[in-house]
Amino acid sequence: MSERPEKPDPIYTQPYDPTLAEKLYNPQKPMENRITDIGPPHYWQFLPPVIQRNYGKWKSHEIIQPGVLKYKAESGEVVYVVRCGTPRLETTDYIREICEIADKYCDGYVRWTTRNNIEFHVTDEEKLRALLEDLKSRKHPGGSYKFPIGGTGASVTNIVHTQGWIHCHTPAIDASGVVKSIMDELFEYFGSHKLPAQVRISLACCLNMCGAVHCSDIAVVGIHRKPPLVEDERLEKVCEIPLVIAACPLGAIKPATVEIGGEKRKTVRVNEDRCMFCGNCYTMCPAMPIADGQGDGLAIVVGGKVSNRITPPKFSKVVIPYIPNEPPRWPTAVKWIKKILETYSQYANKYERVGDWIERIGWERFFELTEIPFTWHLIDDYRLAYNTYRTSVHFKFTSHVEVMTDYEY
Amino acid sequence: MGEVKKHETPLLDQLKSGPWPSFVDDIYNYAEKHKKQSGFDVLGQMELSYKEKETHWKHGGIVGVFGYGGGVIGRYSDQQDKFPSIWAFHTIRVNQPAAKWYHTSALRKLCDLWDHRGSGLVNFHGSTGDIILLGTVTEQLEYVFYDLTHQLKMDLGGSGSNLRTPECCMGMSRCEWACIDTQDIVYELTMQFQDELHRPAFPYKFKIKVSGCPNDCVAAIARADFSIIGIWRDDIKIDQEAVRAYVAGELKPNAGAHSDRDWGPFDIKKEVIDLCPTKCMYWDEREKKLYINNKECNRCMHCINVMPEALRPGDDRGAVILMGAKAPILEGAQLSTVIVPFIKIEPPYDNLKNLIYKVWDYWMENGKNRERVGEIIQRIGLNRFIVDVLGLKPIPQHVREPRSNPYIFWKEEEVEGGWTRDVAEFRKRHPA
Repeated sequence: MSERPEKPDPIYTQPYDPTLAEKLYNPQKPMENRITDIGPPHYWQFLPPVIQRNYGKWKSHEIIQPGVLKYKAESGEVVYVVRCGTPRLETTDYIREICEIADKYCDGYVRWTTRNNIEFHVTDEEKLRALLEDLKSRKHPGGSYKFPIGGTGASVTNIVHTQGWIHCHTPAIDASGVVKSIMDELFEYFGSHKLPAQVRISLACCLNMCGAVHCSDIAVVGIHRKPPLVEDERLEKVCEIPLVIAACPLGAIKPATVEIGGEKRKTVRVNEDRCMFCGNCYTMCPAMPIADGQGDGLAIVVGGKVSNRITPPKFSKVVIPYIPNEPPRWPTAVKWIKKILETYSQYANKYERVGDWIERIGWERFFELTEIPFTWHLIDDYRLAYNTYRTSVHFKFTSHVEVMTDYEY
Repeated sequence: MGEVKKHETPLLDQLKSGPWPSFVDDIYNYAEKHKKQSGFDVLGQMELSYKEKETHWKHGGIVGVFGYGGGVIGRYSDQQDKFPSIWAFHTIRVNQPAAKWYHTSALRKLCDLWDHRGSGLVNFHGSTGDIILLGTVTEQLEYVFYDLTHQLKMDLGGSGSNLRTPECCMGMSRCEWACIDTQDIVYELTMQFQDELHRPAFPYKFKIKVSGCPNDCVAAIARADFSIIGIWRDDIKIDQEAVRAYVAGELKPNAGAHSDRDWGPFDIKKEVIDLCPTKCMYWDEREKKLYINNKECNRCMHCINVMPEALRPGDDRGAVILMGAKAPILEGAQLSTVIVPFIKIEPPYDNLKNLIYKVWDYWMENGKNRERVGEIIQRIGLNRFIVDVLGLKPIPQHVREPRSNPYIFWKEEEVEGGWTRDVAEFRKRHPA
C-alpha cells in the first residue's frame, strides 16, 4: 500500500501565486527548475475523515430517495451521499460554487462519479436536509438547475459524452447541446426510480466513440454520409500517405499521382463505393476533410451494457442509422430516444436492462413496439457480419412480414 | 482588461432554458464576470457551428511541454479573424486523484490558476478520467505546467501513443462490494509507469482501468486495454436473518433502486432465484433459508445487488484480468477478454506490474503502427497470445465456446515425426 497522507497537503492552503511560474520558468533554460513524473495527488488526502476511518469496512447501503444514498460501516458509522447532475463542460466559477457548497456542508470534501455527477457527503440528517434545500434553490439565470439531485437507482443518470463542436476537429455532431436537449426531455427520469433498471445514455460525436457509446443502453453516435474530400495540392505536404492508406478499415484508399501546374504531386484516391465514411483517414490526414453540414448527423444504438449482472456485457446495436443534425435542440433525435426509453419502460421486466429486454422479446418485436423503421443499413456487412444473421426459423410474426405469394423479375 | 465583444448567439441561447444545467448560461456568466473574451469567442464559434452544422476547429495541433511527449491536445480555430482570442485553444489533461475525490483547497487553487492562465472552461472529467483544462494559448503551456507541478503538486495526464491516465471505481472508499483496493492499485500503477505515461513509446494508446467488482462501475471491460476487475473465489456470505427481512418486506430490494413504481411485494423466487444466470440458488420456503451452490456461481452480482444487507462477496478476494477492449476503429469494437481468471492483488502489486510489462514487451516489439493490444490479440490469435506471448496455460475459462471450424494450427514439435517428409518414401507405400 502506498503511503497515506492523512490531510490535504498544506500547499493547497497557500494562495495561488500568479507570478511564480514566470520566476521559475526560464525559456532560455527550459529544463531548469522543471519538476516531472510526480503523478496525481495521492487520493487518501482527499478522503473525508469518515471515509478514511471506514475505508474497506463498509457494510451496506440504501438509496433513501432518488439522489440520496446512505452507507453504513461495520463500525456503525453512517454517511449520506447526495448525487447531483452536472453538464461536465463547465467553468471555474461552477467548480467554485461546488466548493462553496462542499465547504459549507461537507468540510470541503467532494467527489465526482464515473458519469460526471458530483457527490456531497454528510454525516448527520439535519445537514443532509439543509444541503438538499440549498441544492434545489440554486439555478442559472435562464432557469436551469445548477445541481439537480438524482442519478441513483433505476433512473436515467448523466450522459457520458464527448467534445463535439466545442473543441474537436473530427465530430459529425455536437455533444454538449445534444446532451442538454436529451436531459431536458428526460429530466423526470433523472430524479426518480421508475424504470425497470438503470438506463445508461451516452454520446460520441464521431465513430471514434470516445467514451461509452459502444456499451450503453441507449447511445448517440455522430456519423458522416459523404466520402472525404481530397485536397491534392496539400496532401503530400501534410500527410504521410502510407498511414492514410492503412487508416482505412475497408481498403478504400490507394496512392495516386496527379499533375498540378505541370508538377507531379503524390496524393490518394478514394474508392467511393467502398467508403463507409468513418473519417479515420481525416484523423490521419488533414488534407482529407469529411465534415458536411447536410451529410452529417447521428445514429442511435441501443442494448449495450458493461456490468456482468445476470447477462454478460453487451455491445450496443444500431437501430436508427441516421437522424439529421437539428441544432440547437435536435428534436427528432430526442423524440426517438424518449420513444425507445418509454417503450422499454412499459414492456421490460424488473431488473431487465434495455439489451436484456430486447434479447428476450426479439429484435423484430423491438422494432414493432418502438415503431422504428427497419432499413437495409441496419444489416451488418462488416467482416464477421454472418454471425448477426438469423440462421434459425425462430422468429415472431410482426407487422414487418409480408406474405410472399408471387415473385416476378 | 480591455473591452470584451459578445457575439449574437440566438441558437445557443435556446439552450439556457429547460431544467438540466445549462453550459451556455454557465459560460456566459463566467465570461461576463471575468471579462473573458475567449468565453464569448468560443460560444460565438459554436453558434457558427450550430448554423452550419460543421466544426470550426482546424485539424490536429502538436503542442506540449518540454520533457513530455503528451498531455496537451493542441487546437486552433479556423475562424481566427472572427474569434481571435481562441486562435489557439489547447486542452491540458491533468491527472486526477484516484476515484475523483477532492478537497476544495486544491480545487479552488486550480480554479485560480486556470482563471489566470486559461479560458476558465473545464471538463470534470474527461472520459478517461483526467481533469480537462479546456482552452489556452501555446505561450501559457509551460507556465501552466510550472504552476501545476510547483504550486499544486499535480502532473499532466496522458495523450498519444502511450499509457493513458489510469482510473478506477470508488472501491473501498465507499462500497461494500470492493474486492480489491482499486484506488491504491491505480495510484501505484500510475506512479510506477510515469515514464510510459508521459513519453509515448508504444505502437498506440494503452489504457488501464480498475473496478472493484463485476458491476464494473468504471467500465473497465469496455474501455481499457488492460481491465482489472475484483472478484472472490470462496462462498458468498449469507446473513439468513437479513434474507428473511427482505422476504418479509422489511428491507427494500436493490436498496430501494425501484422505489417510484409499484412492482408488487418483493418475491425472492421471481426476483432472485429465477434470475440467477446459473440457477444455482434455492429458497426453502418452509425452512425460510437461502441456499447458494457456490461452485456453480459465476459471480454476476445480481443476488448481492438485490439484497445488499443480506449477501456479500466472499473473503478470498482478488481480481480477474481481461485485455483488449477498444472502440471500433480500426478492426471493430472489442470488449476485454479473460486472460487471468484469478490473481491475488497485494501491494506492491509486482505480479500485476510484471504481467503488464510482459504485454508491453511483446506489443512494443510486434505491434503495428496504431495497432491496439486487442487487435494484436486478434491478429495472432488469443491462443498464441496466451501460450506463446504470456506463457500461460490455456483453460476453458479463456473462451465462451471452443472453435467450431477445424482449421487448427499445430506446432511441428507437437506432431510425431515432424514435418520433414520424403515424398519418395511416401510413394514406396503409395505408387502414383
